[in-house]
Amino acid sequence: MTWLSIIISGIVTYFSRMAMVALIDREMLGTKVKEVLNYVPAAVFPAIIFPGIFFNDFGSFVEITDPKIYGAIVALVVGFYSRSVIATIVSGLLSYWFIIFFLLR
Amino acid sequence: MLSKSKIFFKGIVAVLPHMLSVIPFGIITGAIGIELGFDPILVYATSLIIFGGASQIIFMQLLSGGASSLVAITSVGVINSRHLLYGAVLSEYLEKLSFIKKLLISYFIVDQGFAESNKYIKQNKNLSNPHYYVLGTGVTLWFCWQLSTISGIILGSFIPDELGLKFAIPLTFLAIIVNDLRKLDHVFVMLVSGFASLILFNAPFKSYIILSPIVALIAAFIMLRLKK
Repeated sequence: MTWLSIIISGIVTYFSRMAMVALIDREMLGTKVKEVLNYVPAAVFPAIIFPGIFFNDFGSFVEITDPKIYGAIVALVVGFYSRSVIATIVSGLLSYWFIIFFLLR
Repeated sequence: MLSKSKIFFKGIVAVLPHMLSVIPFGIITGAIGIELGFDPILVYATSLIIFGGASQIIFMQLLSGGASSLVAITSVGVINSRHLLYGAVLSEYLEKLSFIKKLLISYFIVDQGFAESNKYIKQNKNLSNPHYYVLGTGVTLWFCWQLSTISGIILGSFIPDELGLKFAIPLTFLAIIVNDLRKLDHVFVMLVSGFASLILFNAPFKSYIILSPIVALIAAFIMLRLKK
């Protein structure tokens, strides 16, 4: 079942890459659609980020003291000023580990 | 006039700085797949068959969290719909290729490769073989992605659970959109999506992952309307 899902996901993804290049006339995609597609990353990724920070493994809200919230704030600030992918991830993880291994022990 | 191989090589060089983010992202993708409990071969198969970092992580996260295949596949489609935009822009430069070549080069259309190709081809309008540039960026990113996910898969089996590596998932996606945080219109769409996901999180079949982007895109559409 998982294999089948991977293969179908692969076909769907390949189609998203290939459709405009090989099948569909690019004029079919109006300027309005293109403008909206510009926002796909902004529309998709927060739906992964917010629950990843504010929900625990059991699907309920974390407490305001949860280390993930503070790790995310550090990552957000570092990312905003550094504009670096690595600095964002590393600063978030390090501050998270600092809290769970040093402050909470 | 630049030769085909020189254009290909220029494409390779153009994406090298991106390796700083692509390689760690690939390692995280592989390691998270293992952390979520998937078979190493399965984790690698997502890199080969889906070949789209963000969507691979979401796909595995959803399936391991008990989402149905339909939800997992649909969210991969939503996340990767941005390729339609890349294809629409690149199709102008790839027009002269044969159908088969178009089919082959499509597999290598990736975010960073698209960004660099679009920049270069716009600056060098009378390039005779622009597709070699696209191919140079795409093939390089493909190799690095495969190798880095394999490294992540190997590393993943050594990383202890206590580290809570799952937290790397939201951080990775935060890093992807961090460049757009200075654009207010994008931030608005992000906030709509984020709050929608919190409200819809317990909707059946993990459908929040599809519904929240749709709500946010509708908000984006309305915002564009009001702007004019």
